[in-house]
Amino acid sequence: MPTGYDSATVWLVIALAGVLTFAIRGSFIYLFGRIDDVPPAVESALEYVPAAVFAALVFPPLLAPAGDLAVSVGNEKLVAGALAALAAWYTERVLATILVGMGALWVLRFVV
Amino acid sequence: MPTVSSDLLDGVRAAGPLQLGIAPFGLVAGVAAVEQGLSVAHALGFSSLVFAGASQLAMIELLGADAPLAIVVGTAVVINLRTMMYSASIAPYFRDLTARSKALASYLLTDQAYAVSIARYGRDGETDRFAYYFGAGASLWLVWQVTTVAGALLGSGLPPELGFDFAAPLVFLALLVPTLKDRASGASCLVGGLVATGVVVAGVPFHLDIIVAAVVGVLAGLAVESLGGDA
Repeated sequence: MPTGYDSATVWLVIALAGVLTFAIRGSFIYLFGRIDDVPPAVESALEYVPAAVFAALVFPPLLAPAGDLAVSVGNEKLVAGALAALAAWYTERVLATILVGMGALWVLRFVV
Repeated sequence: MPTVSSDLLDGVRAAGPLQLGIAPFGLVAGVAAVEQGLSVAHALGFSSLVFAGASQLAMIELLGADAPLAIVVGTAVVINLRTMMYSASIAPYFRDLTARSKALASYLLTDQAYAVSIARYGRDGETDRFAYYFGAGASLWLVWQVTTVAGALLGSGLPPELGFDFAAPLVFLALLVPTLKDRASGASCLVGGLVATGVVVAGVPFHLDIIVAAVVGVLAGLAVESLGGDA
């Protein structure tokens, strides 16, 4: 769905996200010497951010593509996503994951 | 003594195989931008000013859903928090750099540039660290810029029935799987994913799903870790 935000607002988002992302990346590279290590509690928490965040970006579009829970073999995105997950697991490659997932979606949509 | 340029080229070479993952990811990010009504310039703006693929893709989708701006930016921050770990881990190797080089190194700090550089530093203490890192980081940067623009130029011509919007979750899936290293990260994944789905299905306003799922998912990982399930 096209965004309702105007171009200037999108640029504001880009600029803000750019500055904050740069600050996160630069945090310890700049502070090293003053803070040599991440506090252990923070380090443990940060360790789990990728799994939680990436899962939050993967599960909803597969389990509820239209906003309602759709756990069935009739949900083409769930089936294609499950096959893509196998490809991701065995190849650990982005390209293979996309090819298997999109290929499965097209087979389910146009062939089956 | 290794020369500066040979270490730089080694960095470019080490990043080579990873470009196979970056290129389709960049195309997807470019296509997604125009599909959500953004311009080619916006797509390039995201890639050059933010230069963090997963957060770019998530922000583009949230903008397309007209989520509140604080949620759009806050979600990007949550997604990019993991680079703070990389920053801490690589900082000792960059301590003698000039302020300008540190700024450039920070700007180029991606999952991929971090991974190849930290592996090399562990193997070879003679490496010109910044040259190697810059070779990897800048070549990844270049491929990312080119492929997002290519995707944005291509994007408006793609027939919607082919469902290219599905490529975004597939990219996230490819990023998710390698993070599942033990029971605790598995718990973070499962709980984070299910909480996000629950938030979406329940129709909670403001697109809080990723932020809420990140907090609950991280807590689940910490809980499993403290129970000794870290096997």
